[in-house]
Amino acid sequence: MTTQARLAPAFPYDATDIDRFRELQQLAYRCAERVAAWLEPGVTERQAAARLRRELVAEGVEDFFHVPFAWFGDRTAFRHFKTPLQFFAGRRKLEEGMPYILDCAPVVDGYTADIGYAGKIGDNPLWDKIAADLREYRELIVREVRQRKPLNEIYTAVDALIAHHGYDNRHKVYPGRVIGHQVTRMTARGPAGVNVFGFGVRTLQTLGRELISERLHGRSPLWADGRSSRHAPTPGLWAVEPHIGFHNVGLKFEELLVVTEDDAYWLDDDLPHVRRWAEASAR
Amino acid sequence: MNRRTVVSGGVPLAVYEQGDPTGPTVVLVHGYPDTHHVWDDVAAALTTDGYHVVRYDVRGAGASGTPSGLRGYRLRQLADDLFAVADAVSPDKPVHLAAHDWGSIQSWEAVTSPQAAARIASYTTLSGPCLDHVGHWARRRLARPSPRHLGQLLGQAAHSWYIVLFHAPVLAPAAWRLGLAGQWGRVLSYVEGVTPRAGHPQPTLTADAVRGIALYRANMLPRLLRPRQRPTTVPVQLVTLTEDHYVSPALSDDLDRWAPRLWRRTLTAGHWSALLEKGPTVAQMIKDLAAHADGVPATQAQERAARARRGTFAGKLSVVTGGGSGIGRATALAFAEQGADIVVCDLDLDAAERTAELARFLGAKAHAYRVDVADGAAVDAFAAEVAAAHGVPDIVVNNAGVGHSGTFLQTTEKEWRRVLDVNLWGVIHGCRAFGTLMADRGEGGHIVNLASAAAYLPSKILAAYATSKAAVFMLSDCLRAELAPAGIGVSTICPGIVNTNITRTTTFSGQSADQLATTRDRVSGLYAKRNFTPDKVARQILRAVRKDKAVVPVTPEARAARFLGRVSPALLRAAARFDIG
Repeated sequence: MTTQARLAPAFPYDATDIDRFRELQQLAYRCAERVAAWLEPGVTERQAAARLRRELVAEGVEDFFHVPFAWFGDRTAFRHFKTPLQFFAGRRKLEEGMPYILDCAPVVDGYTADIGYAGKIGDNPLWDKIAADLREYRELIVREVRQRKPLNEIYTAVDALIAHHGYDNRHKVYPGRVIGHQVTRMTARGPAGVNVFGFGVRTLQTLGRELISERLHGRSPLWADGRSSRHAPTPGLWAVEPHIGFHNVGLKFEELLVVTEDDAYWLDDDLPHVRRWAEASAR
Repeated sequence: MNRRTVVSGGVPLAVYEQGDPTGPTVVLVHGYPDTHHVWDDVAAALTTDGYHVVRYDVRGAGASGTPSGLRGYRLRQLADDLFAVADAVSPDKPVHLAAHDWGSIQSWEAVTSPQAAARIASYTTLSGPCLDHVGHWARRRLARPSPRHLGQLLGQAAHSWYIVLFHAPVLAPAAWRLGLAGQWGRVLSYVEGVTPRAGHPQPTLTADAVRGIALYRANMLPRLLRPRQRPTTVPVQLVTLTEDHYVSPALSDDLDRWAPRLWRRTLTAGHWSALLEKGPTVAQMIKDLAAHADGVPATQAQERAARARRGTFAGKLSVVTGGGSGIGRATALAFAEQGADIVVCDLDLDAAERTAELARFLGAKAHAYRVDVADGAAVDAFAAEVAAAHGVPDIVVNNAGVGHSGTFLQTTEKEWRRVLDVNLWGVIHGCRAFGTLMADRGEGGHIVNLASAAAYLPSKILAAYATSKAAVFMLSDCLRAELAPAGIGVSTICPGIVNTNITRTTTFSGQSADQLATTRDRVSGLYAKRNFTPDKVARQILRAVRKDKAVVPVTPEARAARFLGRVSPALLRAAARFDIG
């Protein structure tokens, strides 16, 4: 074990904090499910993202970690993405059989959720297949975090599972190739609701501060496969988002992983994708 | 052979019948400037198989009569001739039709006429499009003059120069009379690769050729300038001849519009050598379609054609060894994405099944087998099973391989055998088993062998691996020369450092189990950092097949090494002393 890992900070949240994070994550998934139910062929990504924002604001959301995203069709697998600007919701219209992903990160009272909701319109057997396989990634990640393996090794293990399945890694398209990032209670005092390149001003303040302080401790709040992630999981909350693609279909889930000093568990198991797996195995 | 005369539109036609009169009737229509003799080999093969084979000299050729004036050569009249012959030889049952060159052009007129559904059971066409279809084809391309479309128009124009000459007065008849007819046998021999034979060209060639010019003058301009709508419901088999100097393959791009029951096939032959050198193969193709039209269940190849998937490799069957992971899996999926059906084999059947499952999501028919490529008998059995169950493959990718690192003196005999058994013998077995099948089928194909940049990049720590890959490299070049006449291309792929699981199974000479794990981790990390993905190699493999490339170094380092090896082999030899990897 490295020196840095031994100096890992204590788990910074109490039960109330955890409940607040969980409530907000549930709220976010609820809004995403409502938008998903409203989606139909002809709706554009921009309309879907705007609707998601309205739903969240109506529920009392004050600020966003990042602006809500919506991706349709092969954009769910980030095909032909050349610049980060292509992440923003565009004019792509939803069609029958298309997969879609809604991604939002609401902030209430400094508590942050960051969720990804994958769905499809009508029939798409390939989507069903990937959606079922996604379960293995959720299990693999929490298992390896519990073993306190270095984050970059867990990233490589996820890559190996992706190769085994014959899919491709799409989270590597995110800035920094990240499969996840740390989430803290935001205390920044910048203007709420203002964003720069899709990230809230307060997010950037918080993230910037953390990047520097974590770096000083030899850790990174961003979880990727490089040298900077060569450390055991830092106790705290991690938004984890394995994003898997095959051909023109991409799927992800994103939810908070609770990492304590000696254990790890998913913040909430009452989520749409987890319920879907439970129903499938019940059948 | 029976000869009879059928009178059509006042012109007596010489009709020749052979074979079992109770068998299914096949009518063969010859082109310009031929007579029924051009079908001799095909007719003989069909007769042996119990067909009732009917040929006739078209009006103006051979022993048939001559109409007066251009009007008598109009397509409508020529189609009527065909129906008159069909009615005379098979009044109760529709006939199977096969036609070549101008015979094919006039047969299209019959096939796209209203009587066709009742009188023509199937149609195999070689080197002769429907002129109306060509008219529409050209219009569509002129209406949307993209570079590709203009290229196609220019390409066909370059093939059609003689048609312009045929419309000029005096020139063409004079050419035939003043010596071209006398030299025709030599022209066929030199330009078309046709072996001279007795009685061919026919003694009536000069008269046939001169009269036949009327075919062009009576039909070309009216049909091309004012094309009619000519669809058909008859099952059509389009045989594209790869060496045809007169009809470009692009002409048939839009044919699905007109003939929905279309089966595209390819024959490695020239305009005349198809009939005069590869008669039995053409006969087999005619039989394939005729049998299916008569109710025999479709073969795998016919089914593939009928499913009409989109993509460069639509209707093709591709076999990939070691298709359970890495470059093999990526290649199989890339072929599936481009319309091909696939068969993958691997030592790990589950992994191969997984590849097949993913390929099915891309719309392909896909099957997985467990095969050890190092086992020659197993590969032979695999090839036989594939041919029986799915048809002879069009593309075979010998990809299965193992990695091994160790200097010459470290490498044990057992390790040498394992590396050579898989990497070299695996390729030999694959090439022999499938190459034989492909050559026998006679429709061409492509073999891809996965070598490595190590094939030309010496390194002291890759003694066995590099040796096996260098052998594959040379083997492929020799095989390419051997199979070229059969229309089977052979490509050697030299990937370089690609992020696959080969590093996870690579063995290292003289290392303990603990050391082995560390070394594997280190090398895998190195390969992951290089991060050249297998799908990029797959893309290069598809390109190599499409363009019939001989050698394809893939990654920049593989290309750089190949370049350096040519400029300064001594430099590479010096570099081979370092421990790399």
